[in-house]
Amino acid sequence: MIRSTEIGPEPTVRLRDLAAVIRSKNAGPYEITFDILFTDPAIYTHVRDAGVLDRHKLTELFGVPGNDVVFCDWFEPALAFKLTLRRWGDQGGVGERDTFGAQQHAPLLNLRVARPAEH
Amino acid sequence: MSAALTTILTPTGMLGYGYPVADFWSALDLGVEAIVVDAGSTDPGPYLLGLGETLCTDESVVRDLTPMLEAAGTRGIPLFVGSAGGAGTDAQVDHLVSLVDSIGRENGWRLTVATVHTALSPEVVLDRLDQGQIRHSVRDELPTRADIADAVALVAQVGAEPFTRIIESPQKADVVIAGRAYDPAPHAAWAISRGVAPALAWHAGKILECGGACAEPKGSGVLARFFDDCFTVTPMSPGARCTPLSVAAHTMYEKSRPDLLPGPDGVLDVRACRYEVVDERTVRVSGSKHHDGESPTLKVEGATVTGHRAVFMGGVRDPILIDQIDTFLDTLRKILSGLYPELASGAAQLHFHVYGRDGVMGAREPETGTPFELGILAEVTAATPAKAKAIAAHARIGMLHLPYDGQIATAGNFALPLNPMETAIGPVCRFSVYHVLDATGLPAFPVRQREVGA
Repeated sequence: MIRSTEIGPEPTVRLRDLAAVIRSKNAGPYEITFDILFTDPAIYTHVRDAGVLDRHKLTELFGVPGNDVVFCDWFEPALAFKLTLRRWGDQGGVGERDTFGAQQHAPLLNLRVARPAEH
Repeated sequence: MSAALTTILTPTGMLGYGYPVADFWSALDLGVEAIVVDAGSTDPGPYLLGLGETLCTDESVVRDLTPMLEAAGTRGIPLFVGSAGGAGTDAQVDHLVSLVDSIGRENGWRLTVATVHTALSPEVVLDRLDQGQIRHSVRDELPTRADIADAVALVAQVGAEPFTRIIESPQKADVVIAGRAYDPAPHAAWAISRGVAPALAWHAGKILECGGACAEPKGSGVLARFFDDCFTVTPMSPGARCTPLSVAAHTMYEKSRPDLLPGPDGVLDVRACRYEVVDERTVRVSGSKHHDGESPTLKVEGATVTGHRAVFMGGVRDPILIDQIDTFLDTLRKILSGLYPELASGAAQLHFHVYGRDGVMGAREPETGTPFELGILAEVTAATPAKAKAIAAHARIGMLHLPYDGQIATAGNFALPLNPMETAIGPVCRFSVYHVLDATGLPAFPVRQREVGA
């Protein structure tokens, strides 16, 4: 007897499949801020409630201590999530890797989020 | 909507970055009352302030300024430039005035230029430190006395006040050139002087200071029209559009928080803002609030020189070496520390940026895996340029010839693209001061007015 197993879509998708903007940028010389922006309020709510953009999980992802978090919250008027971390090292100083903090967002792109309905 | 209270055009997010001149003139034909452009930032790091270098070359600044000065000189539309030169030092303000003068002479425009110098003396800042009137930075640090006294330059990010003084002066200025200014300050000062609610004026300033970065696709310029209870933003170039999301998103750009944006004149509160479509390219913003600060504050920026840097770069393609690159670099570092006591003591520093593995994120890189090729930037910092270059040269020789386990390629370990191979790249700076101080009782920043050009 042949059993057929229905192969559905992957149960999770990448954050980059759901967000319109995922970016990082220096905020002054002492902070780096990460913005994740959505265009669809339903997707915004889905990702917010999925719990992946959580203070503890994000500090683990970036390997930084919890007290480096300056801000970590959702902002509905812009359908946005913002994380701001204290910067490591002196901006433009010895050992600088990313003066504008513009390429620190990459680990966020592939975070797995439960697939929203009709996506 | 009733008639606009005023209209501001920001042709580019940074003086010297360029903008489409035809779009600039088309936008002016819509009835612009002021042109405002930002010319500086701390984002590129402390070298602008520490070394007095400019962010953009004179050539690109002159190219960008010329049409704006033509509008000021022939149409009577005032031009405001904030954070002259990049860091906004007094010398950079004076240099920009000299560029305006020469453009005016060349084109036959006589221009009244008002300047705001925003340097602070170390004595003033030290006094505020002694009085406990400097706030801890986000790093929970205060500057030391040496951080202040040794700063090559100290500038304050001024708020709207000096711009307001110039706007309200009976002698009209065609061009206003300010030292370091809070980016939205000149926009806000102009709009407030035309009867716009401060909350809308500051919010629009925050959006406009980056030019067309609030549009899709990101463009160069943006136009704001102000009304009693809202303002609208439209990109300067016809190919771009503002959307509620692009404008809301830009409000939180490069800010620590998305909701409350502190500045020298208080806190902009955008929690209750509405962003609505007006037409295909225009967004209306309303609901901004502004809370006055308890006392006037100024953010003070100071930079010191901490050493001199030399660099070299190259690539590794040999998989036997790539597999043990950390051990190899550690061995090299140990050998160099034996040769140069400065490295052992920490007076000099050697950093390897290993691109292809963790060059961008360093210790925070979550990805692992074996690359087939590595790019290595070696960065040496020492007390003198000669010492930095000597250590870099020695490190480069080691990169090339140091043996390692299992070595099969015995002619050289490192592919060097540049000639000369190592280069002294100049002083290293740091922000020794980036702190908010209580500005109560400080004398007003000096404003001067003069005629330049033809």
